[in-house]
Amino acid sequence: MTTVEEHLLPSAEPVCLIDQNGVPHDHPSYRLPTKEALLDGYTQLIRGRRFNDQASALVRQGRLAVYPSSFGQEACQLAATMVLREGDWLFPTYRDSVSIMSRGVDPIETLTLLRGDWHSGYDPYEHKVAPQATPLATQLPHAVGVAHAARLKGEDTVVMALVGDGGTSEGDFHEALNFAAVFQAPVVFFIQNNEYAISVPLARQSAAPSLAHKGIGYGVPGERADGNDLAGLLAVLGQAVNNARAGEGPQLIEAHTYRVQAHTNADDASRYRQDDEVTPWLDRDPIERLTTYLEQQGWLNDDIRATAEAGAVQVAAQLRDGLMPEPEVDPADLFAHLYAGETQQLREQSAFLRDELAREEA
Amino acid sequence: MTHVKISMAQALNQALRDAMTADESVVMFGEDVGALGGVFRITDGLTAEFGDKRCFDTPLAEAGIVGMAVGMAMNGMRPVVEMQFDAFGYPAFEQVVSHVAKMRNRTRGRVQLPMVIRIPYGGGIGGVEHHSDSSESYFAHTPGLTVVTPATVADAYGLLRRAIEFPDPVVFMEPKKLYWAKEEVDLTESQPGIGTAVVRRDGADATLIAYGPALPVALEAAEVAAAEGRQLTVVDLRSVVPFDDETVCAAVRRTGRAVVVAEASGFASVSSEIVARVTEKCFHSLAAPVRRVTAFDIPFPPPKLEKYQLPSVDRILDAVDDLQWEDS
Ligand SMILES: Cc1ncc(C[n+]2csc(CCOP(=O)(O)OP(=O)(O)O)c2C)c(N)n1
Repeated sequence: MTTVEEHLLPSAEPVCLIDQNGVPHDHPSYRLPTKEALLDGYTQLIRGRRFNDQASALVRQGRLAVYPSSFGQEACQLAATMVLREGDWLFPTYRDSVSIMSRGVDPIETLTLLRGDWHSGYDPYEHKVAPQATPLATQLPHAVGVAHAARLKGEDTVVMALVGDGGTSEGDFHEALNFAAVFQAPVVFFIQNNEYAISVPLARQSAAPSLAHKGIGYGVPGERADGNDLAGLLAVLGQAVNNARAGEGPQLIEAHTYRVQAHTNADDASRYRQDDEVTPWLDRDPIERLTTYLEQQGWLNDDIRATAEAGAVQVAAQLRDGLMPEPEVDPADLFAHLYAGETQQLREQSAFLRDELAREEA
Repeated sequence: MTHVKISMAQALNQALRDAMTADESVVMFGEDVGALGGVFRITDGLTAEFGDKRCFDTPLAEAGIVGMAVGMAMNGMRPVVEMQFDAFGYPAFEQVVSHVAKMRNRTRGRVQLPMVIRIPYGGGIGGVEHHSDSSESYFAHTPGLTVVTPATVADAYGLLRRAIEFPDPVVFMEPKKLYWAKEEVDLTESQPGIGTAVVRRDGADATLIAYGPALPVALEAAEVAAAEGRQLTVVDLRSVVPFDDETVCAAVRRTGRAVVVAEASGFASVSSEIVARVTEKCFHSLAAPVRRVTAFDIPFPPPKLEKYQLPSVDRILDAVDDLQWEDS
């Protein structure tokens, strides 16, 4: 018999089903995902990695204002959406572009915010992906609201709410967890602990034994997984989603991963960490270990490799083509979508700008 | 002291360094202000020089940062905190409005809060959403707060030193667009008092009233106007609260015409307040209604559109042209 408290506490070690050498491990509570799921994951990882690489290149070419890379965290980003059903919701942060794309959002629309032509580039209802949140943790209470409304409406929707390790320090994180628990809202809070909040290491962020331990204070079960092991993440997140859908209330999952690249192009990571800290993480790369495992199983054939590569080439080409021309922006857009109706004040300001631009042109 | 050529960011850094050297009770904290030196490098080198008890990173929580500063100020220290960007100060708004602003008043003067909340603000750097807000009007509207904003390198140094010495909480708004602007200055010479505006340029025909990121634009407009034969006075507020009615009104009375230039949206803003005050106090000297050049009343637009939002030289000159000149 486990006590309630024990039920709420995470495993002693992060769940890892395929280790960094590609070796599979049994786990008392979690089973390896199916061959199909892992092969699908492999294809998506290759595509996600290329998305990161291409977006970073576009920042250097001045095509994107900024890109917060998730290089090395792709397993987290993809597992987060692979375990969802079509009707479920994703609440991403600014770093979760790969996750958003894997949810079916057009890659260009995913990057509109970062290119700078609008504050969010996609229709949240189309793929059930909330706008990317720039203020930290503020999306989490919204996630609880969407989940609670779904329950009130009798739907079996689950909401996947993403947050970084730094974001867990914000008040909104704590309020969201508490609300979700009190209302038994079907939300999976998924922390991508990549060890840094810009320059601040985890030890300066929290003194808890792990971020997954934070659940117990709210009555939310916590679990942690190796964030570079797609298999373990699929198992842990899959179960969390099932539990939430089955009416067991919110779940808190922490993935242990690492932000391999700098926070953004504006960041100088050499000011706060040494290269020798980064290097070992390259050996834990989510793609390498899954590839090794799949190869050892004899599951990775030329067809699958070619499909994965084609997907990667396609997304890269799509980004290059879609982001190469300067976006056409319409100054009239400034006054659109502010209120359901028009206001006299905005009509006047819009007319003022129109006249001003016409005069400039003349 | 000799003159040195430095940027506003460096001047702010020097002000913090000098303040920490001068007074042991001054401490600096916030997000990424330690090893990284702040995302804008305003705190560069302070941890190395003063140790991590004097300049330190906190967990990522603005309400916690400001709330802790309140307690530390109550207990004899002079905290200076950094909100990383304008819009990321909003989680701390509750602390600022409900506690920072009211502590002296509610304790009949017993509890004083000598603390500084530094906020990089404004647009013009191509930031994505939540990185370009002008939040000064929210703070200016809240009685109990002192709100200052430098527009020059020398004032950045002098005003921050004064803000740290000040007995009350100061919201110190840093125009991030001007962080990298360099000037040749002698820092020891800059002694702007809190609550004093300054005339940056003299001209008899009309007055431009500006502050923070709008000041260089106003000065440029005055330069162009002069070439076209109109002499403009340019007043730099420096201190939004308390407001220097004397300097502003003296200029307006002398010139009889005025335009307020600000980067924030105009509705219910600092710029509206200035127009109201100038109209109340200088009505009989005015030859024309006081005009404003501000941002539109919309959320700060994405980077590709921000050029339409920011006050420009042309807009200022158009507003000046509208001031009912006899000859036109
Ligand atoms: C409320 C708020 N404060 C500050 C910031 C500035 N900021 C942007 S990202 C970041 C670090 C976030 O770290 P973490 O939550 O661990 O996510 P990661 O970037 O590592 O994915 C900070 C401080 C912000 N976006 N929102």
